[in-house]
Amino acid sequence: MPQVAKPVPAVTPELKDFFAGARTGHLMVQKCEECGYLRFPAYEFCSNCWSKRSSWVPVSGRGEIYSFNIMHQVYHPGFAGEVPYAVVVVKLEEGCKMVSNLIGVAPDRIKCGMPVEVVFEKLTDEVSIPKFRPRESQ
Amino acid sequence: MTLRAKTAIAGLGQTRMGKVFDHSSPTGFVVEAVKLALDDAGLKKSDLDGLLVNPGIAWTNTAMASVVMQQVMGLRDLRLSATMGLGGATAGAMIMYAAQSIAAGMANVVACVFADYPLKPPSPEKKAGSGSAGAYGFARGLEAAYGQFGINAQYAFVARRHMSLYGTTNDHLGEIAVAQRKWANMNPAAQFYDTPMTTADYHASRWVAEPFHLFDCCLVSNGGLAVIVTSAERAKSLKHPPVYILGMGQGHPGGDPIDTLASGAPIAKESAFKMAGIGINDVDFCELYDCYTFTVLVTLEDYGFCKKGEGGPFVTGGRIGPGGALPVNTGGGQLSSFYMWGMTPISEAIVQIRGEAGKRQVPKHEIGLVSGNGGILATHSTLVLGSNP
Repeated sequence: MPQVAKPVPAVTPELKDFFAGARTGHLMVQKCEECGYLRFPAYEFCSNCWSKRSSWVPVSGRGEIYSFNIMHQVYHPGFAGEVPYAVVVVKLEEGCKMVSNLIGVAPDRIKCGMPVEVVFEKLTDEVSIPKFRPRESQ
Repeated sequence: MTLRAKTAIAGLGQTRMGKVFDHSSPTGFVVEAVKLALDDAGLKKSDLDGLLVNPGIAWTNTAMASVVMQQVMGLRDLRLSATMGLGGATAGAMIMYAAQSIAAGMANVVACVFADYPLKPPSPEKKAGSGSAGAYGFARGLEAAYGQFGINAQYAFVARRHMSLYGTTNDHLGEIAVAQRKWANMNPAAQFYDTPMTTADYHASRWVAEPFHLFDCCLVSNGGLAVIVTSAERAKSLKHPPVYILGMGQGHPGGDPIDTLASGAPIAKESAFKMAGIGINDVDFCELYDCYTFTVLVTLEDYGFCKKGEGGPFVTGGRIGPGGALPVNTGGGQLSSFYMWGMTPISEAIVQIRGEAGKRQVPKHEIGLVSGNGGILATHSTLVLGSNP
């Protein structure tokens, strides 16, 4: 059976800077120019102060596993060879949360609170996506 | 002015529910459910002057569903019409809107109806995505690249965090699944009426999105369910004893449910209990929205039946099953009877308060606490229903 690729995210106008950062190894989140609130995923407005003025800023890429699931159903043929696989929620040191995958840890070994750091997986010339791997806690 | 016992539920209409294909679209189930509810109340089509509709996921015209249904059903001169969407809290919210409007003199007899048609009839060439995975398996933006699809996967994050923080286990969730199945085995309308389930069966059921087994997740059902709301005075002259609407409240907490690990029940409870003039110890039985076992556990905590984080130990030992100290989801709930969103818990509360629940009738059924819940613990409705004004 031919292998089907996983979905590749679209580089939408609102995520242009996010992917520009990812291509060069920087994890970017949106920052409100008015109140400084950091947010991810991207939105047109700040949920804190409703300002539309925002920019993209790099963050440390360090955080911890906040929660996770282990997916057993195949919703997209690109994941048919991977079930069961884990999807994690990473809470970054700066406070934002990100949905991602954890590399190098079997799903049944994942624990909430594990310290992690970002790595980038290149999908196409244009699109790299952040994933995470365990790091030594400090 | 309080709205306590000013209005009542006078009619209940349930179509066949589950893998049923009695109509070719959700609208057919609406018509049938409203007709059954009117018959149950002893009212006629011409008595209706309000129609509130909660469209499910299979509807094609969701923006104007109540207007479309008015035309389909040939209803004239309505005084109240709305299409409402708060997910699983919609049914409770529709009853609140109906009750408020009736108490304000804006309408007299209001039908509140939910219907859906997510399952398609079996065909020789089975198309991918015709089951629950197809109906509910969407992904948002970037998340598809990581394999994050559907509601199960999102709710699983919240449950896992609760487990990590408070020590909740699959044994606890299994207690809820098994208790509700025991109730369903006494409910002839339940999809799992004939199918018992042991704790071992629960643990052996396949994983869907850990920490959820298959039997942690609600059913997917075709069907329709309608209730008729009218004034308490009018309800007294109709076929069944009135099911009084004693208390009403909503709570929509906002924020990230993975942080809050809580529903809107604490907010909704304040207004609902105050209106009803009751405390938690006055509740005889609960019908709690149960898209997952975990939702029941969290809702019990949020109402204050136990402390936050202690829902697991609370449900242990058969406390919420048949014969337990606190009967919960006495028809089997959405896990084991049928998935009509917020109408499932409301319908069972009506049956219990009327004393028509047969083998599963709870001994004390004067006051029932009913919750609805939508999104990922995002919306919440609380109704306090009772047999006495």
